Amino acid sequence: MKQEAFESAHEEEWASFEAVLGQLGHGHRYSAAVPTEDFPARYRRICHHLALARERHYTAALIRRLNEMSLRGHHALYGVRPGLQRKWLRFLLAGFPRLVRSNWRPVVLALALFYVPFCGLTFSIQRNPEIAYLIEDPQSLARMEDMYRSGNEKFGRKDESDTDLTMFGFYIWNNVRITFQVFASGLLLGLGSIFFLLFNGLDSGAVAGHLTRMGLGHNFWPFVVTHSALEVTGLILAGATGLKLGFALLAPGRKSRLQSMKDAARNGVSMVYGAGFMVFAAAFFEAFWSSSALVPVAAKFAVGGTLWASVLAYFLFAGRRRV
Amino acid sequence: MIDSARAIETPEGVVLELRLAGPIVRALAWAIDTAIRVAFYIGMGMFLPLLGGFGVAAWLILMFLVEWFYPVFFEVLAKGQTVGKMALGIRVLCDDGTPVGWYPSTIRNFLRVVDFLPMLYGAGLLSMLMQKDFKRLGDLAAGTLVVYAERRMPRRTKATTVPEEETVETPSLPPVPLTLEEQQALVAFSFRSRELTSERAEELADLLEPIVGHRGHGAVVHIRRLASIYAGER
Repeated sequence: MKQEAFESAHEEEWASFEAVLGQLGHGHRYSAAVPTEDFPARYRRICHHLALARERHYTAALIRRLNEMSLRGHHALYGVRPGLQRKWLRFLLAGFPRLVRSNWRPVVLALALFYVPFCGLTFSIQRNPEIAYLIEDPQSLARMEDMYRSGNEKFGRKDESDTDLTMFGFYIWNNVRITFQVFASGLLLGLGSIFFLLFNGLDSGAVAGHLTRMGLGHNFWPFVVTHSALEVTGLILAGATGLKLGFALLAPGRKSRLQSMKDAARNGVSMVYGAGFMVFAAAFFEAFWSSSALVPVAAKFAVGGTLWASVLAYFLFAGRRRV
Repeated sequence: MIDSARAIETPEGVVLELRLAGPIVRALAWAIDTAIRVAFYIGMGMFLPLLGGFGVAAWLILMFLVEWFYPVFFEVLAKGQTVGKMALGIRVLCDDGTPVGWYPSTIRNFLRVVDFLPMLYGAGLLSMLMQKDFKRLGDLAAGTLVVYAERRMPRRTKATTVPEEETVETPSLPPVPLTLEEQQALVAFSFRSRELTSERAEELADLLEPIVGHRGHGAVVHIRRLASIYAGER
């Protein structure tokens, strides 16, 4: 069949298909409009025409036009549809804890990478106070002492004039960013995540040990007890995802290294979202609740303890049954 | 052969062609996006802190959101294009040619942290140069491609529209029968000859003097006529 005959035979069909494509994806957006029932059949006919045009060596311009039509049809048919709301709820109720449990190996390793140096330092500094100075320089330890001195109106702030709201913004900007970085750096064969987890464990261990040793524990521990349930756990989970990514590259098993990395990233990205959400929620507590010197210590321990218990229970038991 | 085209096969069994975007055009798109983001930070930073603690908080949260989610939101909701990518006519797609969704887009954009190392996307560039699909590390992990967005082709009824005065006489066919590929080459030349300067078109047409028996402008006209026959327009 000569090209011109082919074109004139199908021009009408193509034009109407292009009009449908225009309605489905207007300008720069995918619209929520769902393709009609006959769309797949029409799309397949266009694919057929493209194959014919290629086989019959029609001009490059015609092939390009049909290629473009098929590509846009392909996108309209296989593209993502909006509709995330239900998925989110289900993820929080069941998917997230399930995902964490199914990745228990990297999670346990990440827990160890953080808590072993943290607990080790906190305890050993009680016997040998000078260890703290191996990790932190004297000025920053002195600044920490200032931040948790009795008589402060707010604890844990370098500058007490900062309002709760400002600090809330700061915690989100800083802490959630660090959470995402801990994950992403896992791509460096897991080394980045290991570094961040160890570094944070050592850093917080040195500060916690030093402040307890200096007799400021009664201000420091009530400050951290509440938000750490979400913040530290979130950080550790992000680190665990990074470790998983690193392992996937180091020991891909039967998959190719690339496929193994893709699968780990795909599986891990929702865990990072969950972790980021936890750190985000922690910012509320840290800014508005933890820092206040007005809230009695007993109340802080009660709320903090409840939160820790809920976080543990959530990851151990939530989503065990069908939702 | 060095070729930046990549073919993907759809479930319908037809092969679609994508043209991959290289490091330079992607770097330019990134530069535009970065300029927009920095301008946004500065603009908001001048105005929001005037509102006191609330303003500073809002500024920090906006900076956080823009830093991490600007590319994700644009890529998912605007057909794989951030503003910079729109300006340069490139877009992000999944490896199988489908539009990019929340998860792949998040992976490829969060992993920019690693691609950026040691500075200014050094790792990303190295990765792009090391394999054939110009993928940076984030693209490898997410399974995404950056390709040129399909352009709207101008409507055209004939492959080789020949100016009226040239269509008067029917040209004689060449002395030897041409193969299909050779015929296609003539049609392609005829199509492209309108984009070439007339000197260049004549220079190319002169190569075919043994077949068409003309030189210069005459040869170009003759080839166009032949092409319009091969394209089935007469």
